Amino acid sequence: MIGARRRQGHRGFFALFEHLDTTIDACKALRGAGHRKFRAYAPLPEHNLLEEGLALKHSPVRVFTLAGGMTGAATGFAFTTWTSLDWPLVTGGKPLMSIPAYVVIAFECAILFGALSTVIGLFINAGLPNFRPMVAYHPACSDGSFGVYVTAPAARADAVRDLLSSFEPAELREDPEGFDV
Amino acid sequence: MATAELRERGALPNPDVGTYAEVNQDILKVLGRPGRGWWMLFGIAAAGVGLFLTCWFWQIYKGIGVSGLNAPVGWGVYITTFVFWVGIAHSGTLISAILFLFRAPWRQAIYRASEAMTVFAVMTAGLFPLIHVGRVWHAYWLVPYPNDRFLWPNFRSPLVWDVFAITTYFTVSAVFFYLGTIPDLAAARDHARGLRRKFYQIISLGWRGTDREWHHFSKAYIYLAALATPLVLSVHSVVSWDFAMGIVPGWHTTIFAPYFVAGAIFSGVALVITLAVPMRKFFGLEKYLTVKHFEAMAKLCMLTSAIVLYAYMTEYFLAWYSGEPPERGSFWNRVFGHYWWANWIMLTCNGLIPLMLWFRRVRRSISALFVISIFINIGMWFERFVIIVTSLSHEYEPWAWGLYRPSVIEMGILIGSFCWFGFWFLLFTRLLPPVAIAEMKEVVPPPLRGSKEAAS
Repeated sequence: MIGARRRQGHRGFFALFEHLDTTIDACKALRGAGHRKFRAYAPLPEHNLLEEGLALKHSPVRVFTLAGGMTGAATGFAFTTWTSLDWPLVTGGKPLMSIPAYVVIAFECAILFGALSTVIGLFINAGLPNFRPMVAYHPACSDGSFGVYVTAPAARADAVRDLLSSFEPAELREDPEGFDV
Repeated sequence: MATAELRERGALPNPDVGTYAEVNQDILKVLGRPGRGWWMLFGIAAAGVGLFLTCWFWQIYKGIGVSGLNAPVGWGVYITTFVFWVGIAHSGTLISAILFLFRAPWRQAIYRASEAMTVFAVMTAGLFPLIHVGRVWHAYWLVPYPNDRFLWPNFRSPLVWDVFAITTYFTVSAVFFYLGTIPDLAAARDHARGLRRKFYQIISLGWRGTDREWHHFSKAYIYLAALATPLVLSVHSVVSWDFAMGIVPGWHTTIFAPYFVAGAIFSGVALVITLAVPMRKFFGLEKYLTVKHFEAMAKLCMLTSAIVLYAYMTEYFLAWYSGEPPERGSFWNRVFGHYWWANWIMLTCNGLIPLMLWFRRVRRSISALFVISIFINIGMWFERFVIIVTSLSHEYEPWAWGLYRPSVIEMGILIGSFCWFGFWFLLFTRLLPPVAIAEMKEVVPPPLRGSKEAAS
């Protein structure tokens, strides 16, 4: 198994929250205090948390979808056309390049390539599969709770601890080492 | 508080589910040790898979002659069952992709099971062309690969379109299904112990539920749904063109694509009902699959049944209106000919019996829906039988007419295909969370500061 990625000279803080709005507020406060590389954990795709709390905007996955779909359509057309010309064989009196018939193949290829490249785009952007040890994680985050993980250099550790505890987390864990997640 | 108000109005699809943790608890408990009933069903399904394989191997050993297929009816039970299973697959994608894009609030509880049904139904359907071609070791000829003589498949043939459509559909629906389960597998991982934990650890791909993961995941999910939506409509259209592109009377019509798609959704939703009713009972999922969900599915059946019935009537009308003796003869033969009983089973099960769904009391009665859904599936199998067999048995030249009788081997494979499907579905109910945990939480009110006081 690959080791976890350490953040040199950082400490890690994991705060577990029971409420969604508290988590959003904590994320906003962290961003206000200048933290950029922190992670929020949620048991569901909570849009308020992602958009309001973390100000996440567009995802580059859509580029993968578009590129994949267009590649697929082009491949479908190119392949059917090339094979018809490679061995010219007229059947049923139809033109060698029967565009309406090839639309079906091109369409299916567009969907197939588009879907597969969406998955590749997701995996690249979300960093999946991720088989590193689950250091900064709490199993309650797949259950009913939310979490925030933030790392800070020793000098700013107290400030982060105070900030997180001001939101009254259900649990506040402090690690002597900070990790990249 | 808004939630309490919604609950009062009955607007929440799952009023009895209170918290996120409750969802995990209720769904993940299903993944525990299976009981005697499950093992019994699994044993029956496994035996059926044995029957399926035995019949198929016998056919491979003896040749396609062990089936009843012969001139003029070269497409029989195998193709009928192929179309039937492809059709079944469609409602899964409808519920998981189309209703997702339309943001129907009742889909969350039902979509995981129906999506699993889609994948297993395509897995079942995909076997039938292989069984049907007889010499299965030549089946790879359908795939465009660079062979010795650089001969390519005829891309003008609907049968080649079908290969592309079905393989694409299987790949995309399997990917869509798996992707959707990843967060729930992570929940199962955090809940499980020992070997099971290892298993979920691997197949959940190390999902942690971070903002970065959810952000890209939810976007990718929308794009996949947007791709799956036209795909599902195209797949059954392509299947219908296998017939409509031929000049056989009874096949060569332009309404086939929409008519097949509506029929596919009709039969698929019916099978979702058939599967959801026992699932709900045995796994104690009454809180999640409420009467509201069943009523919504019943309405879908009602609508698609009306479309299908309308398509039947259009076919009869156009056969008469065309003035073509072979076309008129073909449809007269359907209703009053040798296979009249198949046609009347079709009309009764797909047109008449679903009329009961127009009554609200029937739509809200789960046992009534269960019975009706079984009738619909019988009817939809016969619909494909009627379209395929009666048309082929009664083409243009009277001296070329002939009859077809399914052989014992064909019936064995038909029964075995249901067991093959059931085999995978039963495994699914015990290995993967049968209700989408993360998506269920979207319809449960989120935990907010002081929400407890407001709700009470």
